[in-house]
Amino acid sequence: MAIMSPVSRGFHRRRQDPAENAGRVPPGQYVTKDFPVLSAGPTPHTALSQWTFSIGRRGQEKTWSWAEFRALPTQDVTVDIHCVTKWSKLDTAWQGVSVDTLLELAGHDGPFAMAHCDGGYTTNLPVADLTGGKAWVAYAYDGQPLAAEHGGPARLLVPHLYFWKSAKWVRSLELRDTNDPGFWENYGYHIYGDPWREQRYAGD
Amino acid sequence: MAGTALRRRLIWQVAKVSAVTVETASVRTLTLDVPDWPGHQAGQHLDIRLTDEDGYMAERSYSIASAPGEPVAITVERLDDGEVSPYLTDELRTGDDLELRGPIGGYFVWEPEDGGPLLLLAGGSGIVPLRSILRHRDRTGSTVPARLLYSSRTLDDVIYRAELDQPASGVEVIHTLTRDQPPGWSGYARRVDAALLAEVAWPAAAMPLAYACGPTSFVEAVSQALVQSGYPPERVKTERFGATGGT
Repeated sequence: MAIMSPVSRGFHRRRQDPAENAGRVPPGQYVTKDFPVLSAGPTPHTALSQWTFSIGRRGQEKTWSWAEFRALPTQDVTVDIHCVTKWSKLDTAWQGVSVDTLLELAGHDGPFAMAHCDGGYTTNLPVADLTGGKAWVAYAYDGQPLAAEHGGPARLLVPHLYFWKSAKWVRSLELRDTNDPGFWENYGYHIYGDPWREQRYAGD
Repeated sequence: MAGTALRRRLIWQVAKVSAVTVETASVRTLTLDVPDWPGHQAGQHLDIRLTDEDGYMAERSYSIASAPGEPVAITVERLDDGEVSPYLTDELRTGDDLELRGPIGGYFVWEPEDGGPLLLLAGGSGIVPLRSILRHRDRTGSTVPARLLYSSRTLDDVIYRAELDQPASGVEVIHTLTRDQPPGWSGYARRVDAALLAEVAWPAAAMPLAYACGPTSFVEAVSQALVQSGYPPERVKTERFGATGGT
């Protein structure tokens, strides 16, 4: 099926990842020290007094205000992130509330989740990818409140999937029985998005 | 419409470079002969993949510069510390192979039935997908009024300058040169901000459709200013690239 990639005449590798990065950069990715911003629309700015976070099935959500959310147990995590636009950033430091904690408190279960965000963005994930210490609702980056352009006041952080799954400005996780495509998934991006299997686009 | 544009699997294929056009000192347009191109929408991008003799591969995304129905073309700015862009701008020649797949993306796109008036905001090489939109507008005979506000560092950095100097009927092109202006320059000479947009942008009451593409700082500034002036956020489509976005 796959074609043999022809050698690009005159092309020479310029980036040599240091040895300690071995095994940390998925195929087709390159390491950047910047933190690029990619969003489909204007950056929303929701006042913390208006901000809530909800989780659960539609109509049965558990909802926290900002103050209640910030009173939940938090975790510090340092993870590598991988954007479908080809950059990876290693050792990014976040603070957030584990989705395990949120689901436990909400007392809900369901096989799939749709993240809903300010600005209308959505993305779908299996709940199995949000539990077991794999996902957070993060509100701080590098020791500082998360900047609006990077998804503040809070974003989903699911580092083992391409970063479009780590929805900025997240406001709820709606639990569902079906794995319906979210925003980019509807525009042809992969329904699951595993960077190690290079699942960038539908059919990959 | 969501999701209808892109359902077939995106398969890598080998295109041939059919022309290399010098746009500026650091920018080239590569016109490509793609054997099995499914067609694209104005505003979409494609992925290219380079392979060296050791099998090492580098992938990057580039906006499509040509209109639907035209030969596929990408416009690439050389970033000196990049791995891919210097190869594309300096090494690649007519007749060379280039592996690619696409088209990709379906949100930052425009079709005549989307209407307008159109406000196109370009920072630097962010002009590329907006140029595809303008050409598509022209080729489809659309009479939707369009304004392009294009921010460049200097006049020599303006991409597609000759083409933009001859805009189609109903298209206004407004330049701002942020770093250096030639003698006698009568256009804008500052960064795009709310005050400049207030002079140039369609009023929100006209229900315009805005597309902003450029560096993050540019897109953040212009999109915030438009929303504050009353543009509904869903009528402001953005595409941002960071310092590493197109290397």
